[in-house]
Amino acid sequence: MGSIRVVSPGPLATVQDQGRFGYSRYGISISGAADTHALTVGNMLVGNLANAAAVEITFGAAEFEFTDEAVFAITGGDLSPMVNRAPAPMHQTIAAIAGDSLAFQSPKSGFRAYLCIAGGIDVPPVLGSRSTYLAAAIGGLEGRPLRADDLLSTGYSERPVHAGRRATPSLLPRYGADITVRIIPGPQADRFSEAGLRTFYSNAYAVTDRSDRQGVRLDGPVIEAVAGYDIVSDAVVTGSVQVPGDGKPIVLLADRQTTGGYPKIGVVATVDIPLLAQAAPGSIVRFRAISVEEAQEETRRAIATLAAAAFEEPVLQVTDMLVDGVPYRLELALPQSPASQLRATALVNGVRRVVGAEAL
Amino acid sequence: MIDSAATYPRVVPVGEFALIIELGDRIELEINQKVYDLAAAVERAAVAGVQELVPTYRSLLIRYDPLRANFADLAQVLEDLARASPGGRSTRDQPRPTLYEIPVVYGGDEGPDLQTVAEHAGMSADAVISVHSGTTYRVYMLGFAPGFPYLGGLDPRIACPRLKTPRTKVPAGSVGIAENQTGVYPLSTPGGWQIIGRTPAPLFLPVREPPVAILPGSFVRFVRVSRGRAEDIAEDVAKGSYSLPTRRR
Repeated sequence: MGSIRVVSPGPLATVQDQGRFGYSRYGISISGAADTHALTVGNMLVGNLANAAAVEITFGAAEFEFTDEAVFAITGGDLSPMVNRAPAPMHQTIAAIAGDSLAFQSPKSGFRAYLCIAGGIDVPPVLGSRSTYLAAAIGGLEGRPLRADDLLSTGYSERPVHAGRRATPSLLPRYGADITVRIIPGPQADRFSEAGLRTFYSNAYAVTDRSDRQGVRLDGPVIEAVAGYDIVSDAVVTGSVQVPGDGKPIVLLADRQTTGGYPKIGVVATVDIPLLAQAAPGSIVRFRAISVEEAQEETRRAIATLAAAAFEEPVLQVTDMLVDGVPYRLELALPQSPASQLRATALVNGVRRVVGAEAL
Repeated sequence: MIDSAATYPRVVPVGEFALIIELGDRIELEINQKVYDLAAAVERAAVAGVQELVPTYRSLLIRYDPLRANFADLAQVLEDLARASPGGRSTRDQPRPTLYEIPVVYGGDEGPDLQTVAEHAGMSADAVISVHSGTTYRVYMLGFAPGFPYLGGLDPRIACPRLKTPRTKVPAGSVGIAENQTGVYPLSTPGGWQIIGRTPAPLFLPVREPPVAILPGSFVRFVRVSRGRAEDIAEDVAKGSYSLPTRRR
């Protein structure tokens, strides 16, 4: 247990977990991490349950200070993370001590990063979730974006992990600036002309800077509808692709409203939603139709991959030594590599030399 | 292409973990009641794999676990339930829908556009209030914001176009009219509705279960109250001891 201070939040930093489920019929959005896969991997790395709360950082230009010891990991987009002004590894656990700084610069790939801390971010759950629902000002920290000088408490870690624990390649993301996402057609695919459907599936669309956690707004060729762009409002889901009056698609993300009055040409397959959550403005998006069965198979495969996930555990070296007659224990955790053991031994010998230690 | 001979019920996938069952194609009380009857039937039948139901004007969205149910089988179960439901009237073991009475302070600071609506309707402000509060409205669904009720039944005489310039901030609880719709803003947000009054009763209650004051599929009436009464209600709300008055419709 400890805390972390927000030095600067960047354009938008919020506390999110996997989302607030079960209240859609009341008009309450699900919210949660825009890229739930990255959140899950980060939580698994630091020994948390998948639904532990983390900090979602957007674009970069953010900085945090650890006020206590902590083990953390950064997953999602590569926003050039730095620990104490030195480049920090992603998808790997890192040990922090009080006073350590963690900063994010600007995106090298992706658009949103997740700071997962062992024990999770400890804010009061609202309606069963710690996710921030900005439009209703509930959840997260006081229902709002994080600000400079905010102090976030972290919970107690039930399964402490060491630094140097790494995610295996099967869990690593494949974001890009030119992505193809798979779509299940419908529920209002019949509201679009043949020409409109062809336009949608054979053209590239660009992510505009009017995109946010509610949805990715795309620019590109107009998609022709058959009888206007209004439907009797019905329920929408994350990944729904709405086409409003200007004929340009919007892919709904975590903070979307629960209902909508625009026709939906398709719904993005769950496994591809992270690609959109990580598509920075200017990214190119193409769509490819798949069946419900294919999409379900992809989801099953992704769940199996997560379940089977192994982590490269760090090389641990524990050495007891005497310094001026006082017993000390030196614990080293190094990421796996061919040279880890050699490196560990060299470090231990170096420390002994410096402190004038004697063998126990 | 629109299939003009589309028959209902019609089941369509919504991604790979949800589907929609459509029971009609327009906003109509009978169709909407079928949606709620079906939702109740699905809950009673405890259909395997169903995780969440979202009733809307004329369709029901069902979120399901694709590892426990597949689309085709689920669609069949739902179509059967939809055809079996009587629809249009409550069955004996279903409670009669509740009617909520929403207290409103009309006009003045709370309803800055009441005069605009009155002039547009060619009526006095008092007449507008009588018409608005003299109607029973159906809560077709909740959406757009937590607890926001989509109400049907606004008397066409007091329909009014939206503001030309929306307000940047409309106080929570504001009661408004926009074209042929009326409703209440549960949160303070920007808005373009003509505001004719305000209710001290909160519609979104995040510490309660359910977290909303008005349930979807119910009915509401607006009840004119004095500012003094509204202040008393606000005190009860602050103490956590207020609930909207209800009666069986």
